[in-house]
Amino acid sequence: MRFSRNKTKAGRPVIAILLLVGLVTGLTGCGSDVINIVGSNTVTPLSAVWAEEFMDMHLEANIAVSGPGSGAGIAALINGTTDICQASRTIRPTEIEQAQANGVEPYEIQVAIDALSVVVHPDNPVSELTFAQLSAIYTGQITNWNEVGGDDAEIVAIARDTNSGTHVFFKEHVVQMQGLPTEDTSLEYGGDVLMLPSTEEGVDQVADNPGTIFYPGLGYVTDEIKLIAVKRTADSTAVLPSIETALDGTYPIARPLLFYTNGEPTGVIKDFIDYCLSSEGQAKVLEVGYVPLP
Amino acid sequence: MLEKTSPTTAELGQVLRRRWRLGEKLIESWIFLAGVLTIVVLLGIIALLIKEGLPAFWHTPPWEFFFGTKWYPVSEPPTFGIMPFFVATLWVTLVATAISVPIGVACAAYLSEVAPAKVRETVKPIIEILAGIPSVVMGFIGLMLLSPLVQSTFNLNTGLCGLTAGIMLSLMSLPIIISVSEDALRAVPDDFREASYALGATKWETIRHVCIPGALSGITAAIMLGVGRAIGETMTVLMVAGGALAVPVSPTDPMMPMTAAIASGIGNAVRGGLQYQALFAIGLILFILTLAVNLIADRVLERQKRKFAR
Repeated sequence: MRFSRNKTKAGRPVIAILLLVGLVTGLTGCGSDVINIVGSNTVTPLSAVWAEEFMDMHLEANIAVSGPGSGAGIAALINGTTDICQASRTIRPTEIEQAQANGVEPYEIQVAIDALSVVVHPDNPVSELTFAQLSAIYTGQITNWNEVGGDDAEIVAIARDTNSGTHVFFKEHVVQMQGLPTEDTSLEYGGDVLMLPSTEEGVDQVADNPGTIFYPGLGYVTDEIKLIAVKRTADSTAVLPSIETALDGTYPIARPLLFYTNGEPTGVIKDFIDYCLSSEGQAKVLEVGYVPLP
Repeated sequence: MLEKTSPTTAELGQVLRRRWRLGEKLIESWIFLAGVLTIVVLLGIIALLIKEGLPAFWHTPPWEFFFGTKWYPVSEPPTFGIMPFFVATLWVTLVATAISVPIGVACAAYLSEVAPAKVRETVKPIIEILAGIPSVVMGFIGLMLLSPLVQSTFNLNTGLCGLTAGIMLSLMSLPIIISVSEDALRAVPDDFREASYALGATKWETIRHVCIPGALSGITAAIMLGVGRAIGETMTVLMVAGGALAVPVSPTDPMMPMTAAIASGIGNAVRGGLQYQALFAIGLILFILTLAVNLIADRVLERQKRKFAR
């Protein structure tokens, strides 16, 4: 072949990159006091701050945090590839069965509370929405902002991808309206909903694009996006997400942020979780923008 | 003295030759092993894809899997239909090919036939650097620069769509297409060009009717490599294609190509679970798709060779 030389040339950097990646992941995997935390993208900013503080206090400890999503974290827990799974939804019965089949006993610890905030572009005049409206927007029944009291503009509904606990939590509690008389578990996200791989990307999109709506955790809310007050039904009062409204239980889309370990934590993992639950650890929760445990 | 040395030289030569033969044997077997290894790895990958992916068809019949339009892997019960991903991959690849082939072949023709040597020597390495830009960086560029531009130009609701992804992919397959096509064009013997000029053809006519047909097999290989890159690229499409689950009817719809579907679901999939199997089945289909592209390329190359052998 005349061109075979070029093909091998193109392949060489790929192999080098693969080797490098293998080396780096191999290196981070070894060492004695390493704690791996994998899971929710929502919990990641909080875990990262806790990990930094804890590593400052315990120089021998080394904590690696990654946030592909709650589902991914729970899968890692089941597969035994992580020490702590951080999750923004509770583990499902089917997942507990799978874990037990693999010899893993999921142990749940609540570490903070999150208010899932519905956000839009600052120029959007809409300021409150009911669960039924949100559900209709995310299932694709309402496609124009003027149907919910806004301008005549197409709605671009943004969600997280299926790796995310937020995706599942929002689907069960808002799209399917769990616990309301109108609950319908057959409802799914509509085909036009954008499924984005990270919360940051969703927040950036909302800040740039006037037609968008998204639901980041309270910790991701910036000044460039506008919070929507949410009400369960048309008759109830609309509540803005905040630390106060999440704590007193009036904000309807608040949820626990959780750590899962294999059995009750011991050793350095226990020390770390004890720190997270301590008054200093809970003070950090406020700083990151979530709600500390009562 | 002379009589004494010449046998020694002969002996020495024999020893050297034997040693060389041994060295050659070693290198030969090393190359052989390397060749076998690639085949073993390839067979291993195929076996793994089949072993993990085929069971997906026990719970979802193949026709439902291929033609189903609903992908809800985390629902109870889950449904797996990959039509939206398949169509999305087709759209994105189509856009990428439609943009990169004309530009790429024209650029290769310029570099090989028109550009002075100095320009070629400077431009070609720069193009090859373009091939080394990591796909996640291309994703960022698409997100920050291209998607707002696409949104305002085409008056769309969102710039995250198949068109944006296709344009970014075309930028990524351009260097391959240019580099390989240019080599192919340069491999066309100068006799051909001289004969063409001697017949009174202009430069354009020579490029159009002599050089490009002469290098067509190489250009086809280049295009296929570019298409392969576009089909298999993951990070960029994950970031900029939008990730909507409906079957895209136009390239300006947000969509989720097959690679993005695998990437955005695999972290969440429990080993051996239904979603895991379904994602491997998508991988198997991607593999078959790229295999088909390569087979078609081979067929074209073969036909081209026969045509020229006449």
